[in-house]
Amino acid sequence: MNYLIGAFKPPCTVTVEFNDAETRKQANIKKENGQMAPVPLFQSQESVVGEVRIEPLPGKKVEHMGVKIELLGQIELYFDRGSFYDFTSLVRELDVPGEIVDRKIYPFEFSTVEMPYESYNGVNVRLRYILKVTISRSYATNIVEYKDFWVRNFSPPPEINNSIKMEVGIEDCLHIEFEYSKSKYHLKDVIIGKIYFLLVRIKIKHMELEIRRRESTGSGPNTYNETETLAKYEIMDGAPVRGESIPIRLFLSPYDLTPTYRNINNKFSVKYYLNLVLVDEEDRRYFKQQEITMLRID
Amino acid sequence: MQQPAQEVMSTAEEQEKWLADAVALVQHNAFFMHRALDANNLRDALKYSAQMLSELRTSKLSPQKYYELYMRTFDELRMLEVFFKEESKRGRTNADLYELVQHAGNILPRLYLLCTVGSVYIKSKEAPAKDVLKDLVEMSRGVQHPIRGLFLRSYLSQISRDKLPDVGSEFEGEGGNVMDAVEFVLQNFTEMNKLWVRMQHQGPAREKEKREKERSELRELVGKNLHVLSQLEGVDLEMYKEVVLPRVLEQVVNCKDELAQYYLMDCIIQVFPDDFHLQTLETLLAACPQLQSTVDIKTVMSQLMERLSNYAASSPEVLPEFLQVEAFTKLSNAVVKVIEAQPDMPLVGAVSLHVALLTFILRVHIDRLDYVDQVLGGCVKKLEGKGKVKDNKATKQLVALLTAPLEKYNDVVTMLKLANYSKVMAHLDYETNKVMATVIIQSIMKNGTYITTADKVDALFELLRELIKDGEGLPAEEVDEEDFKEEQNLVARLVHMLVNPDPDEMFKILTTARKHFRQGGPRRLEYTLAPLVFSASKLVRSLQGREASEDSPVSLEKIFQFLHKTVEDLSMVPAPELALRLYLQCAEAASDCNMEPVAYEFFTQAFVIYEEEIADSKAQVTAIHLIIGTLQRTQVFGVENRDTLTHKATGYSAKLLKKPDQCRAVFACSHLFWVDDEGGVKDGERVLLCLKRALRIANAAQQMSSATRGSNGPITLFVEILNKYLYYYEKGNPQVTSNVIQGLLELIQTEMQSENTVQDPGVDAFFASTIRYIQYQKLKTDEVGERYAAIQT
Repeated sequence: MNYLIGAFKPPCTVTVEFNDAETRKQANIKKENGQMAPVPLFQSQESVVGEVRIEPLPGKKVEHMGVKIELLGQIELYFDRGSFYDFTSLVRELDVPGEIVDRKIYPFEFSTVEMPYESYNGVNVRLRYILKVTISRSYATNIVEYKDFWVRNFSPPPEINNSIKMEVGIEDCLHIEFEYSKSKYHLKDVIIGKIYFLLVRIKIKHMELEIRRRESTGSGPNTYNETETLAKYEIMDGAPVRGESIPIRLFLSPYDLTPTYRNINNKFSVKYYLNLVLVDEEDRRYFKQQEITMLRID
Repeated sequence: MQQPAQEVMSTAEEQEKWLADAVALVQHNAFFMHRALDANNLRDALKYSAQMLSELRTSKLSPQKYYELYMRTFDELRMLEVFFKEESKRGRTNADLYELVQHAGNILPRLYLLCTVGSVYIKSKEAPAKDVLKDLVEMSRGVQHPIRGLFLRSYLSQISRDKLPDVGSEFEGEGGNVMDAVEFVLQNFTEMNKLWVRMQHQGPAREKEKREKERSELRELVGKNLHVLSQLEGVDLEMYKEVVLPRVLEQVVNCKDELAQYYLMDCIIQVFPDDFHLQTLETLLAACPQLQSTVDIKTVMSQLMERLSNYAASSPEVLPEFLQVEAFTKLSNAVVKVIEAQPDMPLVGAVSLHVALLTFILRVHIDRLDYVDQVLGGCVKKLEGKGKVKDNKATKQLVALLTAPLEKYNDVVTMLKLANYSKVMAHLDYETNKVMATVIIQSIMKNGTYITTADKVDALFELLRELIKDGEGLPAEEVDEEDFKEEQNLVARLVHMLVNPDPDEMFKILTTARKHFRQGGPRRLEYTLAPLVFSASKLVRSLQGREASEDSPVSLEKIFQFLHKTVEDLSMVPAPELALRLYLQCAEAASDCNMEPVAYEFFTQAFVIYEEEIADSKAQVTAIHLIIGTLQRTQVFGVENRDTLTHKATGYSAKLLKKPDQCRAVFACSHLFWVDDEGGVKDGERVLLCLKRALRIANAAQQMSSATRGSNGPITLFVEILNKYLYYYEKGNPQVTSNVIQGLLELIQTEMQSENTVQDPGVDAFFASTIRYIQYQKLKTDEVGERYAAIQT
């Protein structure tokens, strides 16, 4: 079968290199196979500059109808298999139709590219940026090569950042007042807060704070929600009495968080919640969920 | 995150097993932790230490077992601390580490690690000690489970002890000041106490007692904080007064828990210095009435008072301080308030509070008798309307209350100034009261305390009333005769301690004493009046030589009237024999004072008693001899009176029942007519009459004997009579001649040789020695020898 494989093998290797590959920052991203791999990191308004190298296999030549490179921003919804939505698409023609006999290098440049959305690998949705090199051929399939890169955008520190303060309870059973110092957090932030017990009639065993991520995809009746608990952080052990106030201090850095994404290209949203859970001795759970906004701040 | 749904406390066996399991897991994780430490692998070190610490999350173990587990992990944490220290040397900042350990998901391991890093953090001085401490103590609030929280905070307290920004500590200054240190310890203390108290209210009611015991085992964890406070250099009196004490007391009062309140009050008293207590007495004492009514406040206060009194005793120079702060007033007010605040306090509690207060006074204000009285008064108030105290323990405390001043002052006279002393004593039950009275008398005897005024006598007897008269609480059963005797003898001895050299006062004393004794009933009079009579006689003797002054309210007459009345009382008892003797005693005293009518009266009374009251023949014999003896010595009578009396005496002598008694009494009467002293009566004829009569009676006795028994009695009487003859012969009684004696000698010899006579070696010896005496006298060359020459043996 070897010759068969050989027959379908593209007659050349195509590599895409960034000019500043040596110095550019990289992001560690979990691949589909679950392994972490470094990927070049960009942000919006940066120029994407590099070169495409085409090397025909020895003794082979490549006839083509033209060579082009595209910069694509795609949203891929898993439940809607195979459907890509390109929200960004830029093209550079690299060569006119002809023949490539020897190794050939094409420099390319997309300057100050608008990349409004961040790369994201979610449960039901993926947002990615790729460079796509296409060698068009008339009688054979096009030769296509992809190069992934990652985009993260920073937002300015919020001008208004109110605390979250709320009194909740079950009548004659449990009344608490909780306070988180802010409603907007950056990814390496610390959640500071406290819980004040106004009335305790149940036998509480412990209390924890959860960080939950809700990914909504689709729209209208076809909305899919997926919720993950990213962190479970015990903040109280044992039963408090009336008047106790329990401090909260949760460092966000150990958790794999992203900024909050709201209605990205009308395709999906990612939101974060703090969920305060009280567990009583019968393992009943009492909880209150509050949305927080996550931001990536430089 | 899962915990066993139930808190199961079970048998010792299960506890052992659980502990063993937990320890095994601790060791297991500690092993991996050590490996990570050796490899400088911080990540793994944190992971395994957190797993190890997770064992402390158990709810199964009893406090004691939990403590063992805690100690295991404690040792491991020490190693981790060393590692953290090195880690910071390797370039990792302590702030980093401090954050890193907070990533742990479970709170208990997280906080243990945080404390451990915190310790290193403070030590490095990269952050002010006060900030780290404040953060640690604040974050620890997350553990609300009593046992786990207590141990965690105890760990915090342990690691922070040498890192407090105390005065003189290396952490002072940048790291804060002593105020921060105090604040930290106080907060930790407050939280620990809350947890400790809460323990009581968790779990089923039926295990309440067990929980109490377990709590008791944990109390030192809480108390240690107070100890730490007391060790802080920077906590001076000012700070103690303004900050530490009010805050601690606030916690103590507000926790409303019996066990905690008792323990913590005790702790405060024990750990802080004496002079602090002295200067803050008011604050400290003000807390006492606010405690739960079940708290054993008396022990707490007693301990405080004891400490203060020891303090006072240890260095006399601090005494002015006590006065300055009015320690006594404050203490005494506090006692009153506490008693008011705890209406359910058993009597014993109230009384022992007073005992403690009294002990305090006796140590600190020995000179303030009014304080002592005030305390006793307070006790009386408490006892008011309670009648006799029945409770054994309370009685014991009352006795202690009464004995303490007695032992301290060693002087009953001082005690008599205490108006409330007798009131307290009145509440003792009959038996105890008597014992107490005995103790008082013994104290008087031992210390040789003289009671010198009538008022004091009055007061004293008021104290001793259970001994002196029958009280209302007299038990129904018969009092042991011997005990009674002993008690009354004691009272009798006491009479001799009632002495005043001034006759006026002395007389008053006697009158007062008699007034009291007369209430004692016939049984006691027998014992108590006799010493009084003698005491009065003594007074007579002291007045005897003196001129009776006009203005003196006391005269011999009066005393004799007193004596007369006293003995009369005694005769009413009736105690005729004793009365008779005392009459004679008085008669003799009167005679010595040259008061013939008085003496005569006494004799008359004696005779009356003899006639009317003394029926027993033996008693009669004794009595008549006493009368004869006294009469013989009484010189005061004129011829007429004397005749009357001697006549009476002789008459009674001859009327005795038994012949030998008659005989002896009669020859004794002979002395009434022959007083050897200068100017004494020397009526030879009547002497001879008596002797002859005696001889006749002796003869009659012999005959009677031979008639009834068939043999003559011993010749004792004859020999005795012979001796009398010899006496008078020697004294030169002209009526007693050698012939008479010669006759008597022969008579005796005949009797001795008579077959009818019972031989008695004693009598023979008596006679033989009488003969020897005669021969000896014959040898003398003086007048006596000459007289004897006429007698032939």
